[in-house]
Amino acid sequence: MKKYILTSTLAALLTLGGLSVPALAGPEDVVVENAWSRASIGMNRPGAAYMKIRNTGDEPVTLIDLTTPLAMMPEIHETKTNAEGVSSMSPAGEIAIAPGESVALEPGGLHAMLMRLQEPMTEGDTFPLTLLFDDGGEVTVEVPILGIAARGPED
Amino acid sequence: MRRRAILGYGAAGVGAVALMLFVGWWQVDGPGGAEPVGQRPVALTEMDFRLTDHEGNAVGPETLIGRPTMAFFGFTYCPDVCPTTLSDISGWLDDLGDEADEMNVVFITVDPERDTVETVAEYVGYFHPGIRGWTGPEEQIARVADGFRATYERVPTESGDYTMNHTASVFLFAASGRFVTMIDYHEPREFAVPKIRRALAEEMEGAT
Ligand SMILES: [Cu+2]
Repeated sequence: MKKYILTSTLAALLTLGGLSVPALAGPEDVVVENAWSRASIGMNRPGAAYMKIRNTGDEPVTLIDLTTPLAMMPEIHETKTNAEGVSSMSPAGEIAIAPGESVALEPGGLHAMLMRLQEPMTEGDTFPLTLLFDDGGEVTVEVPILGIAARGPED
Repeated sequence: MRRRAILGYGAAGVGAVALMLFVGWWQVDGPGGAEPVGQRPVALTEMDFRLTDHEGNAVGPETLIGRPTMAFFGFTYCPDVCPTTLSDISGWLDDLGDEADEMNVVFITVDPERDTVETVAEYVGYFHPGIRGWTGPEEQIARVADGFRATYERVPTESGDYTMNHTASVFLFAASGRFVTMIDYHEPREFAVPKIRRALAEEMEGAT
């Protein structure tokens, strides 16, 4: 049984708080770190969210889908820039993460594309984003909404 | 004999690897990099188009002559590449400080259907105040892209909307309008800012 947790910070807090029960004693399998997104202008434009997904377990995991109350059609997308400097974006399909490996969703590469927003993305707010894996496991991360001009999670 | 033949293949293999390395160098860092022959933008003085800036002023290539220019293409419904490029440019302009005031910085939409003057005005307002936003009729945008040797294409999305594939490089022109170089998408800041300074320096040469 794989385990999915939000962030390593949470694991540390649980451990520090003496809540480390046998189920949490081993290494966690999927850890989502440094999630962030940009504020939107209104609701007509798609949003994008970024994060690092680490597989700390010893079995491969495959990210197959996303859900969020914020957007009707969340989807993992990949931006590619060809030799002529032309950028395009398309669905990335399933994302397999080998044991010990991580996948970075970052500007210009993979992103969680948030299509058909249900409300504007407002700087300072957060929204829950659930990552669904092929074995039925899921992890929900609370994604902070930064300014439109943000370049990374620390902006 | 058999051993000789293997050695022969080995030598050919080394030659092939050397050739591949050379081709790789040529394309990435060498004279073949970034600006393939025939793909360089023409000088601004040779372009001919009429657009409107985000404050409603009529603009064209002549608007850019006399100061160095940094220009790039995008669209305001772009979730990833365009805000990233605009924030990168804002960061470069911050690094340049007062020098940034001496140049034109222009965001040109490739999606005039959705990017009206008002839309572009709101959008550029979120980034460095030096960035101007230009839009106009589709056939005029096509002329700009042609002069820049840039491309764009409308692509439907699953959500029933559409997105735009487009050239994501940042173009640099000297004050004379001559094309200097371009900054590729995701080029590190330590390369980008010196390139911008190069375009700024050409202005000095032209002035003396
Ligand atoms: Cu996307």
